[in-house]
Amino acid sequence: MNWTLALPEIVLACLGMAILIFGVVRKQDSTVLATMFTIGAFLVTGFLVMTRASGTGFNGQFVTDAFASFNKELILLGGALSLILSLDWNRTQGIARFEYPVLVLFATVGMMVMVSASNMMSLYLGLELQSLALYVLAAFARDDQRSSEAGLKYFVLSGLASGLLLYGISLVYGFSGTMDFEALHGALMTPSAAPAGLIVGLVFVVVGLAFKISAVPFHMWTPDVYEGAPTPVTTFFATAPKVAAMALLLRMMGTSFAELVPAWQSLIVLMSIASMVLGTLAAIGQRSIKRLMAYSSIGHMGYALIGLAVGSSDGVRGVLVYMTIYVLMSAGMFACILAMKRGGRPAEQIADLSGLATSDPGLALAISVFMFSLAGIPPMAGFFAKLYIFLAAVKGGLWTLAIIGVLTSVVGAFYYIRVIKVMYFDPPAEAFDRRPPALSFVVAATGLFTAFFFLFPAAVVDAAEMASRVLFR
Amino acid sequence: MNAAGFPILSLVTWLPLAGCIVIMAVRGDEETVASNARWTALWTSLLVLALSLVLWVKFDPREPGFQFNESVTWLPHYRIAYKMGVDGISVLFVLLSTVLTPICILASWESIHTKVREFMLAFLVLETMLVGMFCAADFVIFYMFFEGVLIPMYLIIGIWGGPRRVYAAVKFFLFTLTGSVLMLLALIAMWLHAGTTDISVLMDTRFPVQMQTWLFFALMASFAVKVPMWPVHTWLPDAHVEAPTAGSVILAGVLLKMGAYGFLRFSVPMLPDASQYYAPLIYTLSVIAVIYTSLVALAQEDMKKLIAYSSIAHMGVVTIGIFTFNEQGIQGALFQMLSHGIVSAALFLVVGVVYDRIHSRDIVRYGGLADRMPAYALVFMVFTMATIGLPGTSGFVGEVLVIIGSAQINFWLALLGGLGMILGAAYMLYLYRRVIFGTITHADLRNILDLSPREWTVFAPLIALTLWMGVYPSSFTGFFDESVAAMVQHHHAAVSNTVKFAQGTQGDKQQR
Repeated sequence: MNWTLALPEIVLACLGMAILIFGVVRKQDSTVLATMFTIGAFLVTGFLVMTRASGTGFNGQFVTDAFASFNKELILLGGALSLILSLDWNRTQGIARFEYPVLVLFATVGMMVMVSASNMMSLYLGLELQSLALYVLAAFARDDQRSSEAGLKYFVLSGLASGLLLYGISLVYGFSGTMDFEALHGALMTPSAAPAGLIVGLVFVVVGLAFKISAVPFHMWTPDVYEGAPTPVTTFFATAPKVAAMALLLRMMGTSFAELVPAWQSLIVLMSIASMVLGTLAAIGQRSIKRLMAYSSIGHMGYALIGLAVGSSDGVRGVLVYMTIYVLMSAGMFACILAMKRGGRPAEQIADLSGLATSDPGLALAISVFMFSLAGIPPMAGFFAKLYIFLAAVKGGLWTLAIIGVLTSVVGAFYYIRVIKVMYFDPPAEAFDRRPPALSFVVAATGLFTAFFFLFPAAVVDAAEMASRVLFR
Repeated sequence: MNAAGFPILSLVTWLPLAGCIVIMAVRGDEETVASNARWTALWTSLLVLALSLVLWVKFDPREPGFQFNESVTWLPHYRIAYKMGVDGISVLFVLLSTVLTPICILASWESIHTKVREFMLAFLVLETMLVGMFCAADFVIFYMFFEGVLIPMYLIIGIWGGPRRVYAAVKFFLFTLTGSVLMLLALIAMWLHAGTTDISVLMDTRFPVQMQTWLFFALMASFAVKVPMWPVHTWLPDAHVEAPTAGSVILAGVLLKMGAYGFLRFSVPMLPDASQYYAPLIYTLSVIAVIYTSLVALAQEDMKKLIAYSSIAHMGVVTIGIFTFNEQGIQGALFQMLSHGIVSAALFLVVGVVYDRIHSRDIVRYGGLADRMPAYALVFMVFTMATIGLPGTSGFVGEVLVIIGSAQINFWLALLGGLGMILGAAYMLYLYRRVIFGTITHADLRNILDLSPREWTVFAPLIALTLWMGVYPSSFTGFFDESVAAMVQHHHAAVSNTVKFAQGTQGDKQQR
């Protein structure tokens, strides 16, 4: 048994408990220190992840490979960014408590276990660890009705999804006799011999995971939770858990069910089309920028699912590039939303951005970079994300999906450029409060990445290429 | 290395962005920033113009392929490189862009007084995108610049435009984007088929005839919107009417050429069979565009809208020329594009002159300007004649070449295409008569000022170019003679190959 494979997770979990004890023991407020320690723990873990060898440990429960490492780094990045963003916000909104970074940390441990899972059992453990921490985070502003509502809603619906997932897992186990991904792959070598019950189980598993990435028709919770949860929590929701769930979905489909592509392809295609169409159409009518981002994330997951639907390592590469760019641009966009405050109170309507180009040209420029990028207009990073996805789709012959994808991206462009319209074409409103420097830093860093990704695309694409070779062998 | 001895195309492309950095670095009160932005933008664009003249001098017209080549690895796994190069077809469009940008900046010297810095930034970014698009020798690089144009243009129309600017800007953006994304799919398919996106390799790649058909329509979706061809032209009048003068100038001068350039660069050489097969469709749409939009132009009350519709008609002549697949036709199309780039840009400036003074574009608002503004009347006359196609002006050469080219295809095509010249004369002279002649009916026209020295500076180079192109066209056609000849030869060889192949397989079947 090679336990050192899981060293990053073990170290992170231990550090998390240490920070928790530190926070409890120390009498005065230690939110800032705890947050800093957590970011430090993420850095250490990130380093450990990078130095891991590939291999399988814990009797086939746990696997580390290039794919897992790529996604773990991305999850840690998303977690770290949302923690940096939370500091000032939580303080001014009166919800600064040292439990916040600790919860984010444990959710992150859960996600890391998810992407390294190579057995249904460890999959479920990781998923539940993640979810439990996330329920609390969604309701973190406990005196705020909207936040409590978000937490409860997320809890109930997520519980339902977990139930479906478990049911699916039990069906798969019952009809195949194993829960190990590799063993399942071996058992399903001849797709025609796959029992119908197993296919039903597969569908339930996919549904459970589709809930986590908020693909249509399992997206209902997303707009309410995004809107209700405190904005730093929304930032976290929009980045790390999406990566983890998508990675898990990719790994399951790419190993256990890799031979059953025809069986699940149409399912993924349907979800992808529905997500793209609903995500873009429903976003048009939104007034709140957080709800707009919620529908936009639904749409983006639809695009990412195109890569999965292709069912090849090209598709996986496309998804990984997409998720990397998506995490950075949505973290940047949420940082901009966090900067929207007037007199200490958050301003969340699109109309609040009116005339921002006059009152705060820097922020307006950053938001337009993110909006053009989310719309997929070159030379912004979002264009490359879509390029690799469509490349895989065309290569895989999924023409319908590719055509619907590009057309919905035009519809999507409508509401993204509407935000730019409000900022640049409308008369200026009252200026926002001064931004804390940490926020400006995140906005600048992610903005530069998004705007200048075209100068160095090879680095990210090569890493994604390496990671994607593991699946659909 | 290339003929210039240094990476000139990249320099010309990216230099405007250096100007942007300078403009952004300036601090101070609004007046300082504005004046600094104007001067920096002007000097940057003049520097770019001076540099681009190296292309004019060093370009070797006897060489049909790409020149001044540059290549930097970018995405080696996918065989996409940052490749730049110009041939006879693109070199003059690079120059057209670099000539029109300083003129636009001069033209908006006083008419833009809000957010001057941002306006100049948008214009310099736009110049980068336009020049880069004409210089790109790789399809992916081309696509990035082609779509990148949308960002600054959307802002230019939307921020500094007229009352319905938001509607016009959004319409412009969405129309163009819809076409572009379909081109993206075609690009990906061609990329996967050929294994590379190098334009010169793609030109020699034979795409299966079936595939050519849909590739042709996907590319056409994008280029036809940009040209614009009937019936997807409806964004143009709105965009033109609402855009500020400089925006209309660059829109008419360069942006409309992007579509026709795309046809010449991609559709015709890369998809010869489909181009040949669907040429009658293009003819039909073009003839409708020529006649229909000319008639619509006759009925316009707004000067800018009238010129916008006339642009559609002129671009219809261009698309006819391109799809004749003979040297006269394509040369005529190219010449007409250049001529229209200068003349329609100048006409929008002409409208801008009176708009700056009276703040109205309604034709009925004017009359009798010849009395108060003799110099203006003269300038207006020169460009009216050029757009009508009077011999001795640039408009004549292009139209005649296209008519000669199309007469080799079909008599009726030449006749109907040529009808545009007659209708053009009708609506332009009608416009000229109503604005310039007659008696002054509005009191405020009595003390209207004639052209200022700044306006003369704007018009002088355009008049000189118009007459030069009309009197001695071969100093321009010389640039693209060889490239066009090579293209025509390549096209006919490819088409006859396909025909032979088809006959061969039929023969085989009959033998069996």
